[in-house]
Amino acid sequence: MRIAFQLAYKNLMGAGLRTWLNAGVLSFAFVVMIFFNGLIDGWNQQASIDGVNWDYGNGHLLNNEYDPFDPFSIENGHGILPKDKQKDLSSVLIRAATIYPDGRMMSAQLKGIDANQTVVKIPTDLLLKSDAEIPAVIGERMANSAKLEVGDQVLVRWRDQNGTFDAANITIVGIFETNVPSVDGGQIWISIEKLWTMTGLENHVSYFIANDNYTSGNIEGWNFETQESFLAEQAKIINMKKTSGAIMYLVLLAIGLLAIFDTQVLSIFRRQKEIGTYIALGMTRFQVVRLFTAEGSMYSLFAAVLGSLYGIPLLWYFAVKGITFPISGDSVGIIMANTMYPIYGIGLVLGTILLVIISATIVSFLPARKIAKMDPVQALKGKIQ
Amino acid sequence: MKSILTMALIPVIITSMLNFPDAGEIIEKVDKNMRAKTQIMESKMIIHGKRNEREVVSKSYSEGTSKSFTEYLSPEREKGTKMLKLDDKLWIYSPETDRTIQLSGHMLKQSVMGSDLSYEDMMENRKLTEMYDAKVIAEETIDGRKTWVLELNAKVVDVPYHKRKMWIDQERFVPLKEELYAKSGQLLKKTTLSNIKQIGNRWFPMKVNYKDMLNDGKGTDYILIDVKFDETIPEYIFSKASLKK
Repeated sequence: MRIAFQLAYKNLMGAGLRTWLNAGVLSFAFVVMIFFNGLIDGWNQQASIDGVNWDYGNGHLLNNEYDPFDPFSIENGHGILPKDKQKDLSSVLIRAATIYPDGRMMSAQLKGIDANQTVVKIPTDLLLKSDAEIPAVIGERMANSAKLEVGDQVLVRWRDQNGTFDAANITIVGIFETNVPSVDGGQIWISIEKLWTMTGLENHVSYFIANDNYTSGNIEGWNFETQESFLAEQAKIINMKKTSGAIMYLVLLAIGLLAIFDTQVLSIFRRQKEIGTYIALGMTRFQVVRLFTAEGSMYSLFAAVLGSLYGIPLLWYFAVKGITFPISGDSVGIIMANTMYPIYGIGLVLGTILLVIISATIVSFLPARKIAKMDPVQALKGKIQ
Repeated sequence: MKSILTMALIPVIITSMLNFPDAGEIIEKVDKNMRAKTQIMESKMIIHGKRNEREVVSKSYSEGTSKSFTEYLSPEREKGTKMLKLDDKLWIYSPETDRTIQLSGHMLKQSVMGSDLSYEDMMENRKLTEMYDAKVIAEETIDGRKTWVLELNAKVVDVPYHKRKMWIDQERFVPLKEELYAKSGQLLKKTTLSNIKQIGNRWFPMKVNYKDMLNDGKGTDYILIDVKFDETIPEYIFSKASLKK
């Protein structure tokens, strides 16, 4: 086996530019695979941290009538939970509203939140500090779409519990920056006590955000959605991107492997005398097959070395500086930072190396099988078989 | 001196207030003008947008306040869309999808064809006297016509508007203007009725402008092209089967 590798190494080095072209294409596939998967993993990790910090907490205790994916459920999706069962929970009540910034009409969700909460990063402490009649905090996306700034007043129209219209000015006391669109776009956060007074829905809550100490139990009329289920759902969406991105690097890998396959077919065709000589010198057909297979798979090792030469500094640079994308995840409701930092796990790097080596070995073995059927005498004569 | 003057003025004010007719009687007279056993109307709705205007022509049949059927005749995009209201239920048929859907809950708060009117506004069929305590608060002149100004305050909790103000023509008993207020007192919507015509023995406004006062824009004009009162409407018109005809 050692001889096979030594011979393969010498043969490949002897082939010169052809070897480095093959290894170069394959190394590019290597680097792209690691980079892309690292980027998705980095996105997933960042989205998980942001999701927990801004929205999920340790999970949500939702009123059974409230479905976060159905805006029509807001109207009736709320209820009263006994105080003794509200330990380690922060309450949120949602009501549909319309705001009129500069005479424009915009639909919004008026979200009342426990202003003393610390479980999510929404700056509710600003609601406590303000002297305004109805202080509110909004996200940057909402501020941009409604063209609102800190200190601005905007007219909001809502309905009370009986459906009667009411309207008043709210004062923006804070604008927060977050990557989590589910707490930002089209939403206005005010104190839940204020919203209870405004709507007459005293003590009604749409959902609770649990903190780390919360232990879920079976509460009639309420359903606990764990942090894990939120994260799993999110990971599922993000990993779908992995599948679509795989097409790109699999094409690159296929080009690299096709180059190895072609080289192998050509080698076996042109090096028949050499094959015959090996057998004449006492090598078995199987040993010759192994030699040629080793040659092919060695391309992947060369590619790994070549790829690491330019890939390590390049991937390290991206991991430190991050990559800024002009697109946003808002439109599809995915948590997506403007700048993403790829994460290259040991499993990812070793998995990629293994995948390329195994696939290079397979494509090298396929043409080399032909050697096993060769007549050594004809091969020595260099006659095409 | 001031207190003597105030004391002297109070009886004058009270006397003048006593001259105001009973608000309930005024509303009843308005109802006689505005409501009929049956109504067949062809109308044009002009929706004034920020950049453009849209015209929607429709023909509607109504019986009392609980039954109504509307078919949209133009523009091409809305042509064939039909709406049926039976009591507190509303169905919409769309020819594009060949489907009938029932609107409920939140969907009733949506605007009708992008206008300043919501489906819920159209659905309201309770008598004003059932929902509000009315009183005459002043006398004003609008476009040369003397009006009674009525203030209506909700006496039941489930009303969309907590307070209304109506300007009623003193001779014709037709509302010329109406303002709808939020609980906080904020003016939300304003309706202006004009082009009052005599049709048979009743006076009726041929043009109504609905305006969302919180929103920029000129609102929505509702212009009557043709109107017939108390004609017999076949019962099948107010059935779900007529939506797909």
